This record gives sequence, C-alpha cells and structure tokens, in this order.
Amino acid sequence: MAMRQISKQQLFRLKAVLFVLALLPLARLFWLGFNDNLTANPIEFIERSTGTWALICLLVALALTPIRLISGINWPIQLRRMAGLFMFFYACLHFTTYLWLDHWFDWNEISKHIIEHPYVLVGFSAFVVSIPLALTSSNAMMRFLGVRWKQLHYSAYLIAILGVLHFWWLVKKDIREPLVYAIVLTILLGIRIYYRYRKN
Amino acid sequence: MYIAKKPDIPSSEITPREVFENRRTFLKAAGFTVAAGAISSMLPPTAMAANERQKIAGFSKTAYGQDEKLTSYEDITTYNNFYEFGTDKGDPVVHARLFKPRPWTVSIEGEVKKPRQISIEDIFKIAPLEERIYRMRCVEGWSMVIPWVGLPLAKLIAYAEPTANAKYVEFISLADPRQMAGVRIPVLDWPYTEGLRMDEAMHPLAIMAVGLYGEVLPNQNGAPMRLVVPWKYGFKGGKSIVRIRFTEQTPVTTWMKALPKEYGFYANVNPKVSHPRWSQSSERRIGGGLLSPRIKTQLFNGYADEVGQLYAGMDLHKNF
Repeated sequence: MAMRQISKQQLFRLKAVLFVLALLPLARLFWLGFNDNLTANPIEFIERSTGTWALICLLVALALTPIRLISGINWPIQLRRMAGLFMFFYACLHFTTYLWLDHWFDWNEISKHIIEHPYVLVGFSAFVVSIPLALTSSNAMMRFLGVRWKQLHYSAYLIAILGVLHFWWLVKKDIREPLVYAIVLTILLGIRIYYRYRKN
Repeated sequence: MYIAKKPDIPSSEITPREVFENRRTFLKAAGFTVAAGAISSMLPPTAMAANERQKIAGFSKTAYGQDEKLTSYEDITTYNNFYEFGTDKGDPVVHARLFKPRPWTVSIEGEVKKPRQISIEDIFKIAPLEERIYRMRCVEGWSMVIPWVGLPLAKLIAYAEPTANAKYVEFISLADPRQMAGVRIPVLDWPYTEGLRMDEAMHPLAIMAVGLYGEVLPNQNGAPMRLVVPWKYGFKGGKSIVRIRFTEQTPVTTWMKALPKEYGFYANVNPKVSHPRWSQSSERRIGGGLLSPRIKTQLFNGYADEVGQLYAGMDLHKNF
C-alpha cells in the first residue's frame, strides 16, 4: 500500500503542515484579540482556549500508537513528538495566562488556590508531570535514557487523565464537553491495553 | 459603534411563524437551525445582538450606584448565564433571538388571598419604574455593573397579597422546549426555580427588572422580567419568570437540587465562604480587558450595611 511508507521529503512536508496547523489556534487568539472579539471575559476565553488545545494536542499524540496498532501504518508515530511538544506549548500558555493575566503573580493567592481547589490541583499536577517529558523529548535524551525513556513517557497517559479531570471538575453542570475528551481518552487507552494483553 | 451596526440577519432568515409553530416542519428545519447556529457562533458576538431595541417610556433615576462605572451594553448582553438557551455564556444572545416575551402572563399562586394571573403590561403599571444601578457578582468569579430598570419586588408582592402563612416566595421561569433549545437537554431539572425568604423579598434592594440601559429587557437577559437581588450571587435572579408562588416551606431551588453540596438556599455573596471548587475572595470586573487585575469581593457584594441585619445571628458558613 502506498500509504504504508513515506519518503523523508514527504515526512518533512507533513511535519511542516502539522506545525502550521498546530499554530492556528494561537493565531486565532491573536486575530480575535486584535479585533476585540475575545468575548466580554477575554482572560477566561484565552485560558479556556489554550487549555482545550493543550488537551487536543495531547490526545492527537496519544492517538498515533493506537493508529499503528490497528492499521499497521508506522509513519504517524514520527509526528508524535511534535504533537506532544505542542501540548506542552499550549499548556505553558495556559499556565502563564493563569499566573499572569488571571492572578497577576499574586503568589499567596495562587498557592492557596492550587492547594485548596481540586480542579486547579489536578491541572497543576498535569503541568508539572509534563515538564520532564518535554525536557527529555530530544533524540539524545531518548538514547541516553534507553528503556527508562519509554517508561517515563508512559506518563503522557497520566497527564491526559489529569487534564480531563481538570476540565471535568471545572464545569458547573454541563459535562458534555469534558465527557467527549474522556471518551476519546478511554478508547485510546483501551486499544493499547487490548493489544498489550492480546500479545501475552 | 454598536448602535450604528445594521442588523446582520436578513428577515428572510428568520423562521416564519407557521414553520416555527408547526412541530413536524420545525423538526425538519432543526437541521438548518443547527447549521445556522454553527455559522453564527463563528461570527463576532457584536454581529449577533441584533434584537430590536425598544426604549422604556417612563422611569425615574435613583441614587443607587451613581459612583459606579457601568459595564457596556454589549458586554451585558453577550455574556450571559441563561441555561435555557445553552450553557455557554455566548449561547443566549444567539439562541434567544427568536424568543417571544410578549404576550406574557405571570401566575400568582400558593399562599395568597386569591390566586390570579397578571399580564406583563399590568406589572409595568403596579408601581413607577425606577433605574437601579447594581453590581452583579456571578458565582463563577466575575462581576458587572448593570443599570436595571424595574419595580421594587415589595410592590409586586403587595399586589399579590400573600397570606400570613407565606414564609417564602418561589420564582419559576419559563421552560418551553420549542422556544428554548437548552430546555431540551436535561442539564438542570427544568423549570428553573429560585426562591427568597419573605423578608429578603420585601427588602427595598430587591427588584423585578423589566429593562436595562433604559430599554426593554433583551431576551438573553431574561425578558420580559427577571429577579435582581444584588447582594446574592447572580444565579438567584430567575429569568423569564412565569410563576410566583408563596410557600410556608423553604423552596428547593434548581441549583440546590443539582449540586446540594455546592449551592445552598441563601447564596449570599461572601468572600469568606468558598465555593467548594473555587475561591470567592476576588472577582474580575467585566470590561477591563486583558490587563485588568482582580478586585476583592465584598461581603453581601458591598450591600452589607443595607442587608446585614437580615442575617443577624445566622451562621453564614452553614447557611451558604
């Protein structure tokens, strides 16, 4: 099948397309911002948007292995690092918005907020867990860590679970949106578990 | 400027009455509505607030909130929690466009001398209308300053003639699945129900609002009339009210039913009583843009001098 293998050049083009696509949510925020269209509560809007896109990027990254398991197509795996790093990129924007625009670096208030409120705590935890993953994303770190690299990067699933929980506990009553992410994550995780136990 | 904008919805796009009132056709048209909704939600909010604006003929100014900076009309009418029209705060301005707040009848029932119906036109005549500029603090941590036009709730209650048994008053909102898309989804136990203790309802600060910015209340803000109790969180202000019921027992409000650990009957603004999921110590005043810091939330939303005595001796942590 033609799609099973792609050339280096095709991969490069694919990565370039993904890169541009992944920057569109940020470009949209700038566009809406310049046109004064970030709703009546722009800070909340930016927080929501960057948080949502961090979660989406992570789910995209986590979907690539299940795609390989089901279809046998290998090349999407090569896009995983970029998707994962974009998750970290949007998570950084999300966290910065929270620290800066939302709370103006009022550390007293922020630390109380993080400790006392479960939804903030799980979101913060997800961010903290994602830092070592971003730091060890290079080929050199991959070689250096060997088997441990793989173990470490399984925590991407933990980040996704915490991220979905963060969203779930944030909404007041209408859980439909976080539910969609929860279902997608469950399916992705389910596929991996299924293939693991089928082999043994 | 907002007023200068011409309406973006051609009259051809508004669902004709026959289509709207015929359920079968309506269901067929629903696909179109969804598509139109998806397109309109991509448009900037300003382009969507195309409801007809109508001035209220006579009302008097009052001293309330004269020192406050008003939140813009646009922000007040595009950022609404009105779950009957969708749970996103941008939903009501879009989905309430075709809502018909006239003709409107309110039913007065329960512990009253004589149950009766009253039209919205007659409610306008119960007492002289007043402008009240009030702060509104949402339980989600944001606030606005809104120039309401309305009548003192006490006047409406006097008109209703409750009996001596009436200890509480319940406000029940319209739940019409044909006009209100959000009601078709069981997010809350419809109809939306709110309530006050009689002494709270009789307090001079409590009003039944029928307008804002000197104009008839826009649909997305609870047309044709909604409750405004400025020392309580915004959700206490039931919108599009169709029934007022006087009771002897404490009413169970919609949010109490939905999440009893998070919402109590009183819902007084109180920076010291945290919502279980978020802090209530500060709030963001809408309209300040990206670089506006939070402001401290005040006890009873800054109306403590006026309403504090209503809760003398009560444990506000228990009675949240």
